[in-house]
Amino acid sequence: MPLLWLVLILLALSVAGFFLGRQRALASAGGNSKDLHSLPSYYGHNVALTGLVPALGVLAIWLLAQPLFIESRVSSLIPEEAIPESSTLGLVMSDVRRVAEGLDLAVSEGVMTPEQARNMRSEFSDVRGRLGEIGVALGSDVRPEVLNAAQSYRNLSNTGTTAMIFVVALIAAVGFAYSYSKTHKDFRARNVVEQGIMALLILAASLAILTTIGIVLSMFFETINFFSLHSWTDFFFGGTWAPNFRGDSELSILPLLWGTLYISVIALLVAVPIGLFAAIYLSEYANNAVRSFAKPLLEILAGIPTIVYGLFALLTVGPALVRFFGQGENGILGVEWMSGATSVLTAGVVMGIMLIPFVSSLSDDIINAVPQAMRDGSLGLGATKSETIRQVVMPAALPGIVGAVLLAASRAIGETMIVVMGAGAIAKFSANPLESMTTITTRIVSQLTGDTDFASPETLVAFALGLTLFVLTLGLNVLALAIVRKYREQYD
Amino acid sequence: MSENTQNTPRPSSSLLELTDRTKRRNAAEKRFRAYGIGAIAIGLLMLAVLVFNIVSKGTGAFQQTFITLDVELLESKLDKKGNRDLADIKKVTTFGYSPIIRNAIEAKVTGLGIDTPLKAKAMAGLLSKDAAAQLREFVVANPEKIGDTVEFRFLAQSRVDGYLKGRVIRANIANDKNISSEQLDLVDALVEAGVIAKTFNWDFILGADASDARPEAAGIGVSMMGSLFMMLVVLALALPIGVAASIYLEEFAPQNWLTDIIEVNISNLAAVPSIVFGILGLAVFINYMHLPTSAPLVGGLVLTLMTLPTIIISTRASLKSVPPSIRDAALGVGASKMQAVFHHVLPLAAPGILTGTIIGLAQALGETAPLLLIGMVGFIASNPPQGIAEGLLSPNSAMPAQIFEWAKRADPAFYERAWGGIIILLIFLVTMNTVAVILRRRFERRW
Amino acid sequence: MNDMTAMDKTMEQQKTKIAAKGVDVHYGEAHAIKDVNVEIEDKTVTAFIGPSGCGKSTFLRCLNRMNDTIDICKVTGDILLDGEDIYDKRVDPVQLRAKVGMVFQKPNPFPKSIYDNVAYGPRIHGLAKNKAELDEIVEKSLRRGAIWDEVKDRLDKPGTGLSGGQQQRLCIARAVATEPEVLLMDEPCSALDPIATAQVEELIDELRSRYSVVIVTHSMQQAARVSQKTAFFHLGNLVEFGPTGQIFTNPEDPRTESYITGRIG
Repeated sequence: MPLLWLVLILLALSVAGFFLGRQRALASAGGNSKDLHSLPSYYGHNVALTGLVPALGVLAIWLLAQPLFIESRVSSLIPEEAIPESSTLGLVMSDVRRVAEGLDLAVSEGVMTPEQARNMRSEFSDVRGRLGEIGVALGSDVRPEVLNAAQSYRNLSNTGTTAMIFVVALIAAVGFAYSYSKTHKDFRARNVVEQGIMALLILAASLAILTTIGIVLSMFFETINFFSLHSWTDFFFGGTWAPNFRGDSELSILPLLWGTLYISVIALLVAVPIGLFAAIYLSEYANNAVRSFAKPLLEILAGIPTIVYGLFALLTVGPALVRFFGQGENGILGVEWMSGATSVLTAGVVMGIMLIPFVSSLSDDIINAVPQAMRDGSLGLGATKSETIRQVVMPAALPGIVGAVLLAASRAIGETMIVVMGAGAIAKFSANPLESMTTITTRIVSQLTGDTDFASPETLVAFALGLTLFVLTLGLNVLALAIVRKYREQYD
Repeated sequence: MSENTQNTPRPSSSLLELTDRTKRRNAAEKRFRAYGIGAIAIGLLMLAVLVFNIVSKGTGAFQQTFITLDVELLESKLDKKGNRDLADIKKVTTFGYSPIIRNAIEAKVTGLGIDTPLKAKAMAGLLSKDAAAQLREFVVANPEKIGDTVEFRFLAQSRVDGYLKGRVIRANIANDKNISSEQLDLVDALVEAGVIAKTFNWDFILGADASDARPEAAGIGVSMMGSLFMMLVVLALALPIGVAASIYLEEFAPQNWLTDIIEVNISNLAAVPSIVFGILGLAVFINYMHLPTSAPLVGGLVLTLMTLPTIIISTRASLKSVPPSIRDAALGVGASKMQAVFHHVLPLAAPGILTGTIIGLAQALGETAPLLLIGMVGFIASNPPQGIAEGLLSPNSAMPAQIFEWAKRADPAFYERAWGGIIILLIFLVTMNTVAVILRRRFERRW
Repeated sequence: MNDMTAMDKTMEQQKTKIAAKGVDVHYGEAHAIKDVNVEIEDKTVTAFIGPSGCGKSTFLRCLNRMNDTIDICKVTGDILLDGEDIYDKRVDPVQLRAKVGMVFQKPNPFPKSIYDNVAYGPRIHGLAKNKAELDEIVEKSLRRGAIWDEVKDRLDKPGTGLSGGQQQRLCIARAVATEPEVLLMDEPCSALDPIATAQVEELIDELRSRYSVVIVTHSMQQAARVSQKTAFFHLGNLVEFGPTGQIFTNPEDPRTESYITGRIG
């Protein structure tokens, strides 16, 4: 692993640089650290950081950019006509990568010499068979263009890696040499080091933005790809979700959106009343003993991973509901309304349980932010506590509570595991909560797990779904946070 | 409202008598209060049901049924040349061990004088399909035992295990091709004779997942390693980056539109559905950067991005709670702003930062959805990773993904494993949260 | 308006409205009020003065059992309203507070319209049979609160949009709307500017004709201006109680004198 070694060497160099720089600074001041502009360790840090940080930065950028560069170079090697009818450039490129990786493995296992790997011709030898011997299985025989491209892929990435090591090492060396030569007792080492650290802090803070950009871009481009393969009108306005492998899939988001919203509404119908009343009781009625006992216990519900709720839905709540609403004569109600454990109701109820503490702790904060003077004013007029709560505290807290409910709704819409396990897989418009339906998140999981082919609309639709989900939840969050923030300002 | 409302609205009535209206209002008050108590009761009841469910259905996974047999390791079968050459011994496949096991159980049954219509093959059916492999592993490790008769503990197959745990009952086995009622008669007799017994199941905690046909051999240990490596990645990246970002935003950032954007961005990222981070991981780390699929490194990177906002938010809160007087004091004696922050504010905020980090890690540990998209689900790793590099890069699962995998399988014997896995997962989470609470209690300062 | 009736009422004989006998208040461990005995007369403004933390507000809040809302607060002794013990088990604080209204230190209009603020009390107590009656009560109360002319055109606007002085008069109107017999005011002018203060003080003087008013104040000048009786509290004790003129010109207790002259406070 040359990369690991490179990083380790850089780290070792910077440690050495620290001591060298420190020593040189002290020497320039004749061993008297009081004559230095900064503390001796700052000179050491200066040398260490100047050598290390730019080199690591270049290394990171190089690692990100190299695949992109090689990809574009190699794919230009593949002629238009070499792409088979049913395939795309992307698929051919993944073949190329597999062959290249296979050749790498063959060389490292000693099955082939580097020369053999470089000069191998598919016309003369059975590439598929030889790679198969070392465990690299290829789907079809290797065509000359692919082998060619794979060989240049290997070439380019080898050259790239060598060049990268060279460039990074050079930058590190220059950095060390420059900062070491600058080290002198009058050099303002502290200021320079602090500026450097500041730059790192800013970089860390902007990672949040980079993440968002990454999220948007990663989904955006694939979504565009999807819309070039599939009509956007069907996606947004069609009525059916029926992916198949014949190429005439109907991929409309509307039935999924219906399932998502239906389940979310049920979840909110469970969570909002219970959570709100729990918050009201805890903040307005309960004494300290009850509060310190019930509040943490309720919050445990929020800390339980969603996989647990998913299992609870699939194996406990679902079968329990079937016992009530299904099984015909043998069921508790003696009806046959529900056939399987997965249903809108199953997922909705369990998700509601999960959201109870979410709603209650947000509402609790919001109710507590209503000034005591409001309550006093109402109680002083002879209102009972419940009248005060219903007619004064709640109206005052309403905007904040609306914000909390919106945040809960956004959680419900984006929740995955509970619906994957509890809601089912059938996309349809139905008003019956005992039927199983499917959601946006469930379909994202099912389209992107297992064997995926990033050239087919059936896979790419997941990105369009993801982007829609992102926009939907982002909108709800922005709205909710704005409302809550405004509400807080009102009473600050 | 009522008929006795008079024109002079407030007759000077005695305070000692409640008016009808007051009684009605007090009744409404009581009802309202009851709703509140009811809501809390429902919440706590749900928690109790959930915990009861997990414990009652999951504890079974920590017990496993074993069948102890005296196995005669026939030299004629296992080492025909008789020279104890390991290479030759390894050539004997598990098929070679099956007759030995059949003989052993038949001998045991006849030795105990149990009367059964079953043939030896059906008797051996009580053992796990893993039994031959188990025995082979033992022989390969101890070739000197060939020719001896050893006492060996075999895993019982999952139906036998279920029968002892009450999951499999006689009334329901009519259509089950894996077990017959004659076999269960034999089980009853062997249990009485002490041949079949349940013991604590270390293999569940330490072992690897097993294929669909062998639920009795499945364990969560290897995916626990996967989770561990992911948490290492999260800790190594999210803590320094999160703290650095918080320090910048809280202590240095100028009040301008860029800072505002970053702040709004972070609070929104905290609420982005976790599955979206999975899509990001799939698109960027796997499709673009070609990092290995199913690798804990990739899982760790995705979870890092997901956890960062949580850590930033809690770190900022604990930086904010350090009073400005501390900074002023440091600046007052001539420290630079950076020195004030790193020498004084950061150490004082450290307990709070640590608490927030632990809670963020706990959140990441229980997360499942993004891991599904980067391929960390399925029967992936059958051996624990050797060394750090392999742990980070070789395909593995994670605890919650393993639980999901078990929950998807058809055999209900896996459900017990899933609930048991949840117990282990929750033990980790409870421990982490307890540590966080203790840290907060012990080091929390009120300024 | 009702100057005539107001005049008549002043002529009436003063009688004891509230009598406190041996009242002690504990906040957890702290002994906030120590054995206070006081008789508050009807149709009179009684001022409670004293340095901060002396217990005057605490005592005021005992008079309509607002302290009930604080868990750790314990009141012993007897407080009689028209001869009935308000801490009797049979007394519902809700009914009591309808008779003994309260105005607070900071104006605290509800985040509702001006109309709804005033109508809140009559509604919860069921004082109006229909909308017309409610309108009438609201107008009457706003007039008594001396704010009708300022708000009559914007009754549907939120009460929080008014100025501080207007808000406080709105709160007084809101308290008056439930037809109380006693009005408790906890430093009603401390958050107001001098002009608003003067308006509220004038209003208090008018209210005297109908209600027994008890006002807690930091300002001795205010006590002198608006009250007929003054009680001086110090460290939880009721040091001196008597006609305002006497307290200010000829106090009996040296502590009262020290406070009046500014040596403690």
